[in-house]
Amino acid sequence: MNFPRLSRRNLLGTGFLGSLLGLTATHASTALAASETQSGAMHHDKHAMGAMMTVGEVDNARNGFDPHAMLTDWERGTTSVGADGRVTREFEVTAEDKEIEIAPGIFFPAWTYNGRVPGPTLRATEGERLRIIFRNHGSMPHTMHFHGIHGASMDGVSGAGEISPGEEFVYEFDARPFGCHLYHCHSIPLKRHLHKGLYGAFIIDPDPERHPEAVDSARSRLLGTPENARWQELLMVMNGFDTNFDEENEVYAVNTVAHAYSKKPIVIDRDRPIRIYLVNITEFDPINSFHIHGNFFDYYDHGTTLEPTSRIIDTVMLCQAQRGIIEMSFKDFEPGLYMFHAHQAEFVELGWMSHFEVRA
Amino acid sequence: MARMFRVIGPFMLIALVAVAFLKIDPLSRFQDSVPPAEALMIERINIDDDGFRFLVRSEGTDAVSIAQVQVDGAYWQFEQIPPGPIARLGTVWIHIPYPWIHGEAHHVALLTGTGTPFEYSIDVAVPTSQGLGGDWLFYGLVGLFVGFVPVVLGMLFLPAIRQAGPETMGFVLALTMGLLGYLFVDTLAEGLDFAEEAAETFSMREMVWIVALLTGAVLFLIGRRLDNGISPAMLAWTIALGIGLHNLGEGLAIGGALAGGAVALGSFLVIGFTLHNITEGIGIVAPLTGERPGMPLLFGLAALAGLPAVLGLWLGVQAVSPHWGAMAMAVGTGAILQVLIEIALIIRKRYFGEGAARPVGGIVAGGTLGLVLMYATSLIVTA
Repeated sequence: MNFPRLSRRNLLGTGFLGSLLGLTATHASTALAASETQSGAMHHDKHAMGAMMTVGEVDNARNGFDPHAMLTDWERGTTSVGADGRVTREFEVTAEDKEIEIAPGIFFPAWTYNGRVPGPTLRATEGERLRIIFRNHGSMPHTMHFHGIHGASMDGVSGAGEISPGEEFVYEFDARPFGCHLYHCHSIPLKRHLHKGLYGAFIIDPDPERHPEAVDSARSRLLGTPENARWQELLMVMNGFDTNFDEENEVYAVNTVAHAYSKKPIVIDRDRPIRIYLVNITEFDPINSFHIHGNFFDYYDHGTTLEPTSRIIDTVMLCQAQRGIIEMSFKDFEPGLYMFHAHQAEFVELGWMSHFEVRA
Repeated sequence: MARMFRVIGPFMLIALVAVAFLKIDPLSRFQDSVPPAEALMIERINIDDDGFRFLVRSEGTDAVSIAQVQVDGAYWQFEQIPPGPIARLGTVWIHIPYPWIHGEAHHVALLTGTGTPFEYSIDVAVPTSQGLGGDWLFYGLVGLFVGFVPVVLGMLFLPAIRQAGPETMGFVLALTMGLLGYLFVDTLAEGLDFAEEAAETFSMREMVWIVALLTGAVLFLIGRRLDNGISPAMLAWTIALGIGLHNLGEGLAIGGALAGGAVALGSFLVIGFTLHNITEGIGIVAPLTGERPGMPLLFGLAALAGLPAVLGLWLGVQAVSPHWGAMAMAVGTGAILQVLIEIALIIRKRYFGEGAARPVGGIVAGGTLGLVLMYATSLIVTA
């Protein structure tokens, strides 16, 4: 920030107006009265946020990813069934450097998984064997560190799965526990490798057979079942970008692009329930949060339970790498725009502002 | 033909070297991975019912795009006129419709295509009177009190000075030198302050010195062209010119401060400044003690010295780019420098010539008192 220099010039000016307020009292008082009304000239336009909005549009085609498509773009990989009947699911992930547009006209020199930020949403089912073939086409050593249960050699840190540019590594472990998780690069310096864009969601759906006490809940979470199909499932990764590398974010968003869901709200069918896989990967700020307008939700911290860990709340707070599942419904609600955003006004004003457009 | 080549030859060689350099481009080795240096500066602000209007200059090595604008840490819609990237040293207007709050501080950041923010603070938001509006009389009045009135008051000391003997006259001339010496330093400092705020590319710090010295030299040489050196009336005119330019600069600064919203109450400050500038009036009439100046001459001198403050205020309120402020101050510095030299020459001729009295004590006392007076009255102003 530029703080004002107190110079003689400024003070001269201040003294003079003051004195003349005395000398020309009538004029001055009318001038002051007039100026009272001069503040607060509000301007509204088509957005619910008025003029508090980025200007222009991000070129999704140029970026190679669309924040709206990301909401439901589950990466399932390829599966094979072994002799023992066990499913092995294989994903391919490539780290690459890529400049991405994070707000209209603002380009960020990102490090990405598969050319997108957040990286692909890897979605598996509890109990599967997972193989993640990781290739590094970037300019720095990188890893994939999964939040899940695995052995030390598969941890995705220096000495356990860190690969230099041009190299390849295969992470292999079982998909557990079920829940809403994430993966990210764990190379050093950590902050830089994280906020440059190397992170993504890692969802493990519960296997209903393993949860006889809550089969219905488990089935509704399992992608591909009819019970799951009636849900409107959405992935939301809360992130931020420090464009001038001063360890403070200039842009906040869900799924990278500032105001993406504000300029083009997410259309919701009010008769079908909503499930949000929410991940916080925001760097530099200790917490981020999610707040819904005009409604409340149940929350499953880490998504590792089939019973909500918090019921009937409208705001949830997450530290970095904390995540969870939000379940809510707009059934019988008045159609229209319902805001959701971080309840840190600072993040809202810097891009983390979104809307559901609830339709009857 | 050969003669012509002697003239054209070096130019051709210069062009050849330039072309060769660009062709070889040895710098490309260093520029490979270096992003273009971006630099934006806000030169002027207007604040009105519609929000903020900024005059933004690009100082980068390449054209700079303003991608987004933050006001108080929030992305805000804005309009750029003309749109598109800003060429090096080019300017655009940024209009931000913003519900600003009267009397409070606002912080603006312009983000370039790389997301680099260039920040600017509005210390106290008050409406700037664009094109002065109906307030030109009000501002003019401030200008009169800053410049014209104190100068006239100071000139009223002429009869008193005139009654003094030659010894006292030396004292008065030295006093004038002291006063002007202070103004010289002050004006130069103000010029350098302006230069600090100006676009770096313009090298205004250097330009202030150069323009000040050049102005001083040119005015001095013009004075030399006159037979017999410079006449007392002429000297008074040049003193008035120097002080006038100084007051123009003060007016610009005060106007800028009013427009920029640096406003606090304290009516005693005006008295301090009036006292401060009264000494300027004494300085102007000091060379005229041996003359019988008529009212038109005295009025003319007062107008030249004092009215530029009014003009300065009017311009300053409309927010003049800082490099113009620096230039005005530099010219004023040069004018004061010339006057200092002229008075020094007069003192030497009158009091240090062959068989002269050499009243060293009185001269030193006068000069010191002049500096002390200016410094003391400036303390009241900055209190």
